[in-house]
This record gives sequence, structure tokens and C-alpha cells, in this order.
Amino acid sequence: MESLVYIALFAPFVSSLFAALFGMSPRKTFVGAIASLLLFVSLSASMMLAYHVYQTGESVHITMMDWIHMGDLYIPFGFNVDQVSVTMMNVVTLVSTVVHIYSIGYMDHDKSFNRFFSYLSAFVFSMMVLVMSDNFAGLFIGWEGVGVCSWLLIGFWYHKPDLTREENPSISPSWAANEAFIMNRIADLGMLIGLFIIYWNVGSLQYDAVFAAIPHLTDVILSTAAIALFIGAMGKSAQFPLHTWLTDAMEGPTPVSALIHAATMVTAGVFLVIRVHPLFSVTPEVSYFIAALGTFVAFFAASMALVNRDLKRIIAFSTLSQLGYMFAAAGLGAYWIALFHLAAHAFFKALLFLGAGNVMHAMHDELDIFKMGGLKKSMKATYIYMGLASLALAGIPPLAGFFSKDAIIETAFNEGTLILWVMLVVTAGMTAFYSFRQVFLTFEGDERYKEFGIHPHEMYKFVLVAMSPLAILAVIAGFFRESFNAFVTHLLPGYEMSEHTHHLALILGAIVFAFAVGGILLAYKKYAKGLKRSEKVENSFIYRLLANQYYIPNLYEEFISKPYAMISEMMWKGVDLKIVDTTVDGIAKFLYRSGDGTRKMQTGNLSNYLNWMAIGGVLLLVVAMISAMIG
Amino acid sequence: MIGLSHYLIVSALIFSIGLVGVLRRRNLLMLFFATEVMLNAVNIAFAAISHYYNDLTGQMFAFFVIAIAASEVAVGLGILIVLYKKQGSLDLDELTTMKG
Repeated sequence: MESLVYIALFAPFVSSLFAALFGMSPRKTFVGAIASLLLFVSLSASMMLAYHVYQTGESVHITMMDWIHMGDLYIPFGFNVDQVSVTMMNVVTLVSTVVHIYSIGYMDHDKSFNRFFSYLSAFVFSMMVLVMSDNFAGLFIGWEGVGVCSWLLIGFWYHKPDLTREENPSISPSWAANEAFIMNRIADLGMLIGLFIIYWNVGSLQYDAVFAAIPHLTDVILSTAAIALFIGAMGKSAQFPLHTWLTDAMEGPTPVSALIHAATMVTAGVFLVIRVHPLFSVTPEVSYFIAALGTFVAFFAASMALVNRDLKRIIAFSTLSQLGYMFAAAGLGAYWIALFHLAAHAFFKALLFLGAGNVMHAMHDELDIFKMGGLKKSMKATYIYMGLASLALAGIPPLAGFFSKDAIIETAFNEGTLILWVMLVVTAGMTAFYSFRQVFLTFEGDERYKEFGIHPHEMYKFVLVAMSPLAILAVIAGFFRESFNAFVTHLLPGYEMSEHTHHLALILGAIVFAFAVGGILLAYKKYAKGLKRSEKVENSFIYRLLANQYYIPNLYEEFISKPYAMISEMMWKGVDLKIVDTTVDGIAKFLYRSGDGTRKMQTGNLSNYLNWMAIGGVLLLVVAMISAMIG
Repeated sequence: MIGLSHYLIVSALIFSIGLVGVLRRRNLLMLFFATEVMLNAVNIAFAAISHYYNDLTGQMFAFFVIAIAASEVAVGLGILIVLYKKQGSLDLDELTTMKG
């Protein structure tokens, strides 16, 4: 079993190093093929591990080697494959295998083809470290690793110039990459403080040691640690108010959006809350805050998706919204439901993004859905894929999204948090509406792309085939709900609906279903026949507010970026130039001047030298006498 | 009664005369003489202190100084003769070829 763990972990690493060897050379298809193959090896190892854990019910725990061992601090490179991490490992490797194969087709014409695979595999390796580590330090290493890879991949087309916010809301890939990285740094500070608090009070960073020590800690310490850790999770999972980077991250290549910004990395925050559930379950106030924030973000992001015109940004908002659902479930104590939605969401959201990538490929990188329409003729397979994924996202039974999302909404009802329940139900309706608005505007109606002289064509066959596992899982994943429940509740606390909720389950499901179908029908009525734009609606206050993301990016720009730049300039001109530089230059100038001055001693006249020598001798004599007198 | 301090004062006086000679004279030969004077001032001090402590080490040292001074004069005078043949002068103010 041990070797399987190593294979699962290091196959992506080898793949990354291999692709890096060819980083500077022109496109070579076999680099993509070998990277995909190694990822598939990792997937197979993960599946075997999952089977092993399922069969025996025991986790595989290995310590590869000591990492830091000094004084009382002991941090090994240890990996723990249990029910939770093995689920994550399978989700990560499955989606990344598909994305790797997909990228061979999608990045076909890119001159940095090999470099792309190197980054992508490095990301998978970091993600595996994150989910498999048996201690907080390893988790943090993976956490930062995925951050770096995300930065590299968002800014993959770093040569694109900066535009104004009106032309391109995310300005440029390199700008978006920096934004994502810096926002995550802010959150990581919270995370680090959490780790310090834990180490300070427990004396270890091993999960089992920390969880064992929780009953002995005071409430204040537990709450502070939980809040600090959740701040870290907020950054990675792009929760309000650190959410703006996620939509801007869509500047990266679409496979990246599918893998990192939909299926895996952004769910790391949810994973953290699930992983550290013993801490969060004893801090009910923090947990309730998580649930409330999650619900708010679910609603908030869905509202922005309603009016957006950018194909990828709509999906990004939807990711944000679904992450909100996951946090709502985790905050309410239904950890296994959160994990279940995480897995199901990874499948259909990655599928949706890859479908969007196909559309982009066909439309020559055009993303405005108002310029599309009627694509179903030329892109039947993509239409089916995206339709399926959107149905799953909207929560139509019997697709995966229905089972997981319905469970979350039921949880909110069961906990008696009716406000959360109402918001989540309304959000479900909005989700259905914006998903199908996008699908209908892209694939149905009049062919608006013709005026732009675009001739769409379907993606390569092998890419479409590679996407099928995701499609199948998006359809059937929901049926494994009960067995998944049984599997992960070995480790996670179980969550049972009360008798009362159980009775009403059917009605509650029907309400959610009605909202979802209502959303789809509304979208069909408005957009399936073609695009009818109304000046009045588009100029209304609410529309503009939503289309500009509540003006939050502008607010950040005005009240954070600009004052910060101003202070920086002040520090540069006032402190750095005037104080620091002057001091340093002064020392240098003093040395130069004293050198210039003493140069005059070098006359070449022996007599002068003898005079100087005598003066020196007298001086030494005087010093010696003074010191003798003092001493 | 003539004691140690008298000898030391004489020694210091002669040393000072030698030092002033080294500092003020411009002729290299004179500088040589002045250093000899300084060496002998030290020899006087050695001999006097040696006698005062009843320890022969100082007197022995004075002999060494005399021997080394003799050999130094031999070598130094040789160099001075060569230098005079080459430059035609022993005036320090004119011998400034090392000026930086």
C-alpha cells in the first residue's frame, strides 16, 4: 500500500519535471501524452487506495522522512490516506487526468505547450501534498504550492498588455495573476496565525495530536484558531470579501479554470474546514458564521452571474456560488454533505468549463455570449455536455447536483435556520436561470456570430471522448450518495435529518425542484428564441450594479489599491530616498573624502614619511601612557 | 651620587637629538648618523638598567645592537654609495621618485 501512496503522490511530480525538461523547446505532443499517462497512473493508484480504504475501513499512514526535528518541534513528511483524503485524491487526479488530455487538444496551437504541462502537473503534485499531508505544515506547503502554480497558470499568457477596466474587467493575465496571489497572501496570513496558535497551545502540528488536545483548550483559543484558519480558507475558496480574484482568474487558459478554479484548488478551503472538523464542531459560533457567510456568497455570486455576458465569468460566479453552498453545509455541521457536493461539483463544473473551452476554441477566443447563439448546429457534442453539466448544476434529478445540493438545502431547513434555507432555495432558482441563460444564448436562437465572420467548428474527437468520464460522473454521481455517506462517516461525524425534516423531505425537494425548473423555463422563454435586448433593463440601477459586480473591484481600487500606492510613493520619496539613501550615501562620501584628504600624505619624500612615522609613534606612546594611567 | 635616572635622562636626551636629526636633516648620510646616535642612546639605557638590576641580559643585548648596527652601516653605506653614483646627490628633497 505504501508504494501506491508514493506513486499517487509522485507521478504528477515526475510528470512536471519531465515536461519542464522540454520547457523551452517547441511544442512536442509526446510531452502532453506522457504527462497525461503519468496522471492516469496517479489516478489508478488513488483508485486502488480508495478500494483498499473502502475494504478495510482503515487509513494508510506513512512517514516518508523527518523534515524538521529540533528541540520540541517535530514535523515529518507524513502522509495519511483516509476516507476524506482518498476522496479528494480521486477527485483531483480524475479531473486533472481529463484536463491534461483535454489540454493536448486545447493548447494545440500554443507555443508554450510544454511549459503548460509542466505547470499543470506541478499544480496536481502540490494539491496532492495538500490533501494527503498528515500535519498542518505539509498542508500549508501544498497550500502555498497550489497558490504559486495558480499564479503561474493564470498569468500563463503574461505577454498580453494591460487594458482599462472598461475594456477588460480583469485588465490583463499578469494583473489577474498578481491579484489572485496577493489576495491569497492576505488570507494566508490568517492561516499562518492559526497554525501558530495551534502550535503554541498544543506543541504539535500533527492532525491527530491536535485533535486529541482540543478538549483541553479554552474556548477563546479554539475560537481564535478556528477564525484564523477560516480566514485562510476564505482566501483559497474566494469567499467574500476576498472573492474578486476568482472571476479575474478566468484570464488563464480554460483547462486551468476547469482544474484549478472550479474543481480542485478553490475547494481546498472547504477541504480545510472538513479536515479540521473536530475544531470547527466545538466552535458553534464560528461554524454558524461560516454557514451564514457561505449562504450569503452563494446568493451574492449567483446574483452577479445573472447579468454577466462573459461565458467563463458566468461559470466562475457559479463556482463561487457553489462554494458558498459547500461552506453552508460545512458550517451547519453536515461535513459529509459538503464533501459530497465538493466531489459532485468538481465533476459537473469541470465539464462545464471544458465545454466553455470548446466554445472558445470554436469562436476564436470570443467569450461574449451576446455574440454567440445557434452553435448547436456545429457543436452538438459540446451542447450535450454543457447541457448535462448545467442540468446537474441547476439540480435537476437524477443528476449529481440534485442530490448534493438538495441535501445542503435540507440541512439548512433541518437546522432551523430558515433565513439561510430561503436564501439557498432562491439561489437554486437563480442558479438554474443563469446556467440556462448561458446555454441558450450560446447554443440556441439566431446565429449572431455570423456578423463577426466566425466559422465555428467542433473540438477534436479525442478531446470529446476524454470529457466523457466527467459527463458520466455528472450524471450518476448522485446515486452513490448513501454509500458515500457510509464510507466517509467512518471518519466524519454523521449527519441525520430529524424526524420532522424527514417527513417534509419530499415537499422540500419539490420546492427546490420547482425553483430550478422555474429558472430554466424563464431562461428558455427569454433567451431560447434569440436575444432581445432591452435598453430599459440594461440601464436600470440594479442591472448596472450587478454587471459591475456591485462595484466592489472599483471600491478596492479606490480605497485600497490607490491609497496603498500613494503611501508607497510617499515612503519611497520621503523615507527611502531622503533617510535611508542619504545615510548610506553619507557613509560612502565620508570614506571618499577621508581618502582624498589623506592622499596628500603620499609625497614620495622619505623625510615626510619619517615625520609621519614619528607622529604616529608619539601618538601610540601617548595612548599607551594614558591607558597605563587609567588602568 | 649618579644613579639610574641620570643615565636614563642622558639616554633620552641623546635619543631626542638623534630623532630630531632623523626628522630635520635632508642628507641621507646625516640620517644614517642620526640613527646610529639613537641606537647608542638605547645602548646606554640597556647597560644602565642591566647594571641596576644586576642582570647581564641587557648588556648582552647592547652587544647585539652594536654588532647589528655595524653590519647595518656596512650594508647601508654600500647602498648610499650606489645611490650617489646613480643620482649624483643624497638630498632627500630631490629623491622623490616614489611620489604617488
